[in-house]
Amino acid sequence: MAETILEMKGISKTFPGVKALDNVNLKVEQGEIHALIGENGAGKSTLMKVLSGVHPFGTYEGDIIFEETECQFKDINESEKLGIVIIHQELALIPELSIAENIFLGNEQAKNGIINWKKTIIETRQLLEKVGLKLDPEEKIKNIGVGQQQLVEIAKALSKKVKLLILDEPTSALNEEDSENLLNLLLEFKKQGMTSILISHKLKELLKVSDSITVLRDGQTIETYSVKGDKLTEATIIKDMVGRELANLFPERNYNIQDRVVFEVKNWSVHHPLDTEKQILHDIQIHVKQGEIVGIAGLMGAGRTELAMSIFGKSYGKKITGQLFKDGEEVTFKNVNDAVKNGVAYVSENRKEYGLILIDSVKNNLTLANLQEVAKNNILDTSKEVVEAESLKTKINIKAPTIHQRTINLSGGNQQKVVLGKWMFTNPDVLILDEPTRGIDVGAKFEIYKLINELAEQGKSIIMISSELPELLGMCDRIYALSEGRITANLDKSEANQETLMTYMTQSWGS
Amino acid sequence: MDGMKNLISSNIRKFGMVIALVGIVILFQILTDGILLTPLNVTNIIMQNSYIIVLAIGMMLIIITGEIDLSVGSVAAFVGAVAGVLLVSWDLPVIVGILLCLLLGALIGAWQGFWVSYFNIPSFIVTLAGMLIFRGLTLVVLEGRTIAPFPDGFRSLSSSFLPDIFGGGELQLFTIVIGVLLSVIYILFEIRGRRSDIKYNFNTTTLPLFVAKLVLITLIINVFTFVLAQYEGIPYVLIILTLLVIGYTFLMGKTVVGRHIYALGGNINAAQLSGVKTKKMKFWVFVNMGVLAALSGLIFAGRLNAATPQAGNLFELDAIAAAVIGGASFTGGVGTVFGAVIGALVMGVLNNGMSLMGIGIDWQQAIKGLVLLGAVAFDVLNKNK
Ligand SMILES: Nc1ncnc2c1ncn2[C@@H]1O[C@H](COP(=O)(O)OP(=O)(O)OP(=O)(O)O)[C@@H](O)[C@H]1O
Ligand SMILES: [Mg+2]
Repeated sequence: MAETILEMKGISKTFPGVKALDNVNLKVEQGEIHALIGENGAGKSTLMKVLSGVHPFGTYEGDIIFEETECQFKDINESEKLGIVIIHQELALIPELSIAENIFLGNEQAKNGIINWKKTIIETRQLLEKVGLKLDPEEKIKNIGVGQQQLVEIAKALSKKVKLLILDEPTSALNEEDSENLLNLLLEFKKQGMTSILISHKLKELLKVSDSITVLRDGQTIETYSVKGDKLTEATIIKDMVGRELANLFPERNYNIQDRVVFEVKNWSVHHPLDTEKQILHDIQIHVKQGEIVGIAGLMGAGRTELAMSIFGKSYGKKITGQLFKDGEEVTFKNVNDAVKNGVAYVSENRKEYGLILIDSVKNNLTLANLQEVAKNNILDTSKEVVEAESLKTKINIKAPTIHQRTINLSGGNQQKVVLGKWMFTNPDVLILDEPTRGIDVGAKFEIYKLINELAEQGKSIIMISSELPELLGMCDRIYALSEGRITANLDKSEANQETLMTYMTQSWGS
Repeated sequence: MDGMKNLISSNIRKFGMVIALVGIVILFQILTDGILLTPLNVTNIIMQNSYIIVLAIGMMLIIITGEIDLSVGSVAAFVGAVAGVLLVSWDLPVIVGILLCLLLGALIGAWQGFWVSYFNIPSFIVTLAGMLIFRGLTLVVLEGRTIAPFPDGFRSLSSSFLPDIFGGGELQLFTIVIGVLLSVIYILFEIRGRRSDIKYNFNTTTLPLFVAKLVLITLIINVFTFVLAQYEGIPYVLIILTLLVIGYTFLMGKTVVGRHIYALGGNINAAQLSGVKTKKMKFWVFVNMGVLAALSGLIFAGRLNAATPQAGNLFELDAIAAAVIGGASFTGGVGTVFGAVIGALVMGVLNNGMSLMGIGIDWQQAIKGLVLLGAVAFDVLNKNK
């Protein structure tokens, strides 16, 4: 029996109006990968913030015992000193600084306040090697991909002589390849004796890499399983998480696909906004029929988001050429308003930066894109607004004490629901969803799928972008593959599977 | 019990500055042996601070969008100077002169808004330049001299009072009647609001609390008008200020435009993707600031009865301080017009009270600086709790 490295006993934590943690217990063995799983808002991130001192001692109840000593962390520095390092759900790198500067931020390799750059660079190189990144330490963060950024975060953690590494949804923004990479790295660290706690909504990967799994629900510990010993299956975990059986991952749908093409994109070409020589999208042709759900599959960097945003009122790119047709008639979207007026909506993949006004309330976010609906002559009918927001909140099941709660205080999944709700409120004919379930738990995913299906049944057309192929295969009637800015396939549901999609997604064009 | 505690703690945050203002007023009332709240002095405080309040309202909007305007003092001076030329040197009719000046303010705002919105130059730079440009132009227009006196019609804008149509003698009856009228309108509004809340099944405050609030506000309105009535009644400036406060509160709280301004300040990317015309919105907020800076310049010139090269000196700092004390945050997205007014009054009462006590301008500056820092620190502390 391995020894226990960490024990959290009877942890409770309350925010105004929310009991986020209610007498939670967590026990982590030395050298294991311990998974933490639960619905959005179950309290996973909060528990880890308590552990790492983000929520300091005194703001919660309960005991933390790390390596047999009781800990009362006043801030994150104190927990890091003991080797507890957390990588937060939201990446915390500074885009304008280099990889090396980011890794040693707050921990500069300096003598008498003067930074030893040589040492910094050399050590960064070693760290990058450990995480399998072949990058120049002096490259700026903004110039590298999300997957690589995640690895830099890990390198940063390693630089702190970490004993217990906490990763809060590290793979939610990564594609399968990058995820795989990262998980293998964790297994590698485990061999070297490091302990980690891994939070994720992707059950498959958790079952694959972790040794034990603790399930949280509504701020309480439901159960801790040993993955091998308990012959754990996805179904058991889901039942614990959601509190009921979930027979299918994808809900039933009444098909209502009409032959009428509602939205069509023809010969769409887009250039990079800063480097206008560089063409990002080449002659894209896609269309979607009434009541149809169409998927767009592509690797990170294939141009999926760029496609969606360039269509949506030219929100991305320069030198955009091509035509858009709505209900058979050519339309031009000079700005977002034109697109919205023509019944097109776009749910961004990056909810914090492009989706939400974080300091604003749930209500104000929900109505923002369609204030005219709750206004007369540009004057708001605040009562009507509250009623509409309440009804949306119930309909899509946003977990927040009231609609006046600031969205910054919601859990990641619930924030995503607010963004989705905002666009449902514009009552669009065509809904472009960019990674609509990123960071969302299985139960909520099911609900969001159901919402998407309902919208399709009502005759809306859906374009869905996703990195998760099973999701596209489970939801879509047709799937386009996008590779290096070109459409490489248009597959019917019946002919699409993971392998064929992967082949088309990686098809190269040379140049 | 929890409900009561929540109510108090959420209201302390909301009304923290109001409470601070009341505290400062009481403090100086004691320190000045009751001079502070004499009818004459209350009227003075309003008139002395009117031009700062006007600026603070505009500044609040600017800061909510996440920008700053350092040029308002110079713009006020410049517009005052132009008013001097138009009304004194050229003898134009007062109304025409005023309208031209406001238009000039709008153009100046448009000029700065253009560089900020469409050229993406940080507002700090654009308005720092504006501060120099318009101070310079003020000197050019005045040729270094002072233009005075203004025609009477113009002066009344900032230094005359509503005539007492009831001829009440010692006590201005008309003023008291206005106070009562305002109270009635206010009570009707509140009752209507409460009815609709109940209709929609919203949480409402308990009836006793609601009545207490009505009584309190009614009392404040009427005591205030009663005090004014003991001197010369209601100054025209106060009417302008009241209309501005009501108008802008409505704009920010109840209209699509207001919501868009908050959204833009909160997260410009998300706002843009939600269909907010962010550039246009920012542009117009600067135009608005220009007009208010012009109005402020006119009121100040009228009060001084002269257009001088030094007019509006450091006004930008007073306006920014007022907005920040009133709850604005430089990261954008938060703040209220009401807050800006309270912030301006905090600074105004401090100025006035210390002058009454005979404290020199040197110490006044230092103390005001400390109060500004303290107010914001208090707010930050409160938010972190
Ligand atoms: N700073 C805060 N202020 C108020 N409420 C908060 C705050 N942080 C978290 N909460 C609330 O605490 C609960 C738990 O949130 P937490 O972020 O821990 O969820 P989670 O399990 O990490 O969810 P997700 O999978 O969506 O990331 C939620 O109801 C959330 O709204
Ligand atoms: Mg979380």
